[in-house]
Amino acid sequence: MAFDKQEAKSVLLGPIFNNNPIALQVLGICSALAVTVKLETAFVMSLALTAVVAFSNLLISLIRHHIPSSIRIIVQMTIIASLVIMVDQILKAYAYEVSKQLAVFVGLIITNCIVMGRAEAYAMKNGPVMSFLDGIGNGLGYSILLIVVAFFRELFGSGKLWGQTIFQTVSDGGWYQTNGLLLLPASSFFIIGLLIWALRTWKTDQVEEKE
Amino acid sequence: MEHYISLFVRAVFVENLALSFLLGMCTFLAVSKKVQTSIGLGIAVIVVQTITVPVNNLLLNNLLAEGALTWAGFPEADLSFLGLIVYIGVIAAVVQILEMTLDKFFPALYQSLGIFLPLITVNCAIMGGSLFMVERDYNLSESVVFGLGSGFGWALAIAALAGIREKMKYSDVPDGLRGLGITFIVVGLMALGFMSFTGIKL
Repeated sequence: MAFDKQEAKSVLLGPIFNNNPIALQVLGICSALAVTVKLETAFVMSLALTAVVAFSNLLISLIRHHIPSSIRIIVQMTIIASLVIMVDQILKAYAYEVSKQLAVFVGLIITNCIVMGRAEAYAMKNGPVMSFLDGIGNGLGYSILLIVVAFFRELFGSGKLWGQTIFQTVSDGGWYQTNGLLLLPASSFFIIGLLIWALRTWKTDQVEEKE
Repeated sequence: MEHYISLFVRAVFVENLALSFLLGMCTFLAVSKKVQTSIGLGIAVIVVQTITVPVNNLLLNNLLAEGALTWAGFPEADLSFLGLIVYIGVIAAVVQILEMTLDKFFPALYQSLGIFLPLITVNCAIMGGSLFMVERDYNLSESVVFGLGSGFGWALAIAALAGIREKMKYSDVPDGLRGLGITFIVVGLMALGFMSFTGIKL
């Protein structure tokens, strides 16, 4: 297979701003929002998801000619579930504290629509190398949104970044009055809504048609 | 009995899967444009949830958990790491069976649900329900109540959102916010509303 550098670049970098899986394709919002209270959990979650998307795309693309289309969903599910089990076990072994905080959300990567959506829309039709890059690209697009949301929530919600105090909070004798709203799940909707607004003001072609 | 009622109310309002755990968001945002379709999807979710959570509970306690295979002569086997793959298999199978049953006996309902039935397989609310059941160690009867309650809560939330979105057609939203953006913000406000149930105990 000829390796086209230009195409590889667009496949890898496209999903970050131009075709962001969360902001434009409405995929994978499910499990993402609840883990963005802290930067650390958001980072681990994005790492886990990127790994799963990339490898599930690679594996599904490798065997795409051998999967009968009537049972492809089950085959994809099995591959994805096995990868997620691996990620879950690795997290439990090497980052136990974080895996406790993520709780059920690692398992929910299985039903994350990004993984399934990319497998179905891209990996079933394209070669393994490109599919792998597509997986990484979409994983990055997801990660960047997750990390931006987590940055705002942790910084303004508890005055910390990555567990380190940035703003001295009032309860610790400092000056910063924490914004408790940002620690609640509802706040991630507002932040993502505003991020989408910002993104679409910048890239006006993403604005939706009037009904 | 009181215990079960309290569990039900908690699953519907306080720990609403959609609005406080943000599960099943993809379908939640994508299929909430019309009240009628969203109610159909909500009913399907209730049915699937009420079946899968107890079935997964039985499988967990009789096959997967540590020491559960004692009856088969493997007292020290611990298959709990296979959990995820088993749950998703059960969900896919239940959805498939439900689809065939509806097609055979209730064709009208089957027609109205259409594409949403298979979509439920990848709805995180269903998987999330099973995973919460595992994490909180519910027994069989508790998991029936929890499955019913959490499914009902999800259905309630999507029907409410669809109602709001139908009204929102008449409002003038800024360009960049139209569609997805404003929906996110509306869901955020709804989540705040549901939070007023926090702390309710029966």
